[in-house]
Amino acid sequence: MWDNATIMMLVKETGTTLFITLSSTVFGYALGLPLGILLVVTAKDGLWPNAVIYKILDVTVNVIRSVPFLILMMMLIPFTRFVVGKSYGAAATIVPLTIAAAPFIARLVESSLLEVDKGVIEAAQSMGAGIGTIVWKVLLAEARTSLIVGATITLGTILGYSAMAGVVGGGGLGDVAIRYGYFRYQADIMIVTVALLVILVQILQVIGTKLSKKLDKRITG
Amino acid sequence: MDMETMIKVKDVGKTFCGKENTVEALKGINLEIHKGEIYGIIGMSGAGKSTLVRCLNFLERPTTGTVEVGGKDLAALSEKELRAVRMQIAMIFQHFNLLMQRTVLDNICFPMEIAGQKKKGARAKALELLEVVGLSEKAGAYPAQLSGGQKQRVAIARALAMNPKILLCDEATSALDPTTTKSILALLKDINQKYGITIVIITHEMAVVREICTHVAIIDGGSLAETGRVEEVFARPRTRAARKLVFQGEIGSEEMKWNLATGKRCIRIVFRENSSFEPVIGNMVLACKTPANILLADTKDIGGVAHGQMILQLPEDEAVAGKMIDYLKERKLEVEELDHYVG
Repeated sequence: MWDNATIMMLVKETGTTLFITLSSTVFGYALGLPLGILLVVTAKDGLWPNAVIYKILDVTVNVIRSVPFLILMMMLIPFTRFVVGKSYGAAATIVPLTIAAAPFIARLVESSLLEVDKGVIEAAQSMGAGIGTIVWKVLLAEARTSLIVGATITLGTILGYSAMAGVVGGGGLGDVAIRYGYFRYQADIMIVTVALLVILVQILQVIGTKLSKKLDKRITG
Repeated sequence: MDMETMIKVKDVGKTFCGKENTVEALKGINLEIHKGEIYGIIGMSGAGKSTLVRCLNFLERPTTGTVEVGGKDLAALSEKELRAVRMQIAMIFQHFNLLMQRTVLDNICFPMEIAGQKKKGARAKALELLEVVGLSEKAGAYPAQLSGGQKQRVAIARALAMNPKILLCDEATSALDPTTTKSILALLKDINQKYGITIVIITHEMAVVREICTHVAIIDGGSLAETGRVEEVFARPRTRAARKLVFQGEIGSEEMKWNLATGKRCIRIVFRENSSFEPVIGNMVLACKTPANILLADTKDIGGVAHGQMILQLPEDEAVAGKMIDYLKERKLEVEELDHYVG
């Protein structure tokens, strides 16, 4: 049973999982990062307080986060078909994953940016810095360690979600686990698949932690 | 004196509106600060001094009144113009507020970066400023690797990067130990003399004002209680708030309260230069043939002029006490009864 074809398939599906996870994270940040920044900037004691924008974003983020991913995926099928042309396969999985990840990322970014010392922001303002400069050079730069930790959490979470997408034929390791392990009672393949997922999460976590530590200059010695 | 006015604060008030209550942090503040002065604004915590200093660069917008810096009414400026003015008003803080993820050198480059200056020129200027504050060897260090005093030196170098006309110091030495405080104050004085930068110092410590300020404003409960040259305010504090600050930590001690509460008359005498060579108290005791209890004696060097003050507890005998007061007044000392502002 452990013939070349099976091994090749596992290798290929590991690649698919990584592809889905990484692309969804990148697209998720493309939406979630600006969203998180806007939440911080328009908040009541933000750089540009705007109650209306803040409330709209706040509610939207909460609503999307409240919908269970499996259901969100189903609901988004027409949209997914519109974007990628079909509703199954790796590319089609990226669409609902991105939509589900964006508000999650926005909250993580928001909390990271709120950690930045208000005094440093005030210092930048006293130097005549505008909002753009403060966001880019103070908020994002000073919170970078926390942002990387957040990105690592996001990768792990999306990886888990991507396995769920296997239920609807999304491709990747989750798909393998369900098709072989569940429908064909091949427990050994299921176990190997799960082990591969665990290893992937571990690797991502180690890289993320290392990177954030390396970039953190607040720790002496 | 017809010196150039740098900062003119007129009838400034600031009200903070909370959900349940409104707080009047400042009311009817009038201040005039001239070029080259080191102006101390002193008050107890909660007096409104931090709000006041933030009104000087419009980090806080006053609710009423006007603030003019270099003849420009800050309220009349557009956002962009205001940012340009802020580059001329540097500020340092109690907690330094350095960018923790940047090196010392990059921190000093930051204001020049904001102003859109060329990187190469900025770095050269930053290195020059590091030399001014005596931290050349720390250019590549991160703030987390520095002591409090060093961090404040970096903050001062950063503040000087745009060649500001004014330097605002918000409790800049409050997080530092006495020795470091002294060295930072010496650096500020040096900068004031070398570059002619007008300095505004917010503090709750009279020692800071005594050390370097030329002028002082005493703020109490959101209003200015007293303003003037430091030696004048020290020698003749007219208001309760001023006296409280001049005697900071001294008049409030338990022992002093007890002494004052025993009912004996206490007086404060102020020495001026002309009388400090004569053993006045000794002579007084000899003349009256009754001892007086010295509760406090303190001589201070204020701006190069020697000043001293003492608190005496007079004998219970009213006649002798009166004689002593007369004796001191004859010696042209300022005598003031103390008991009415106990505690």
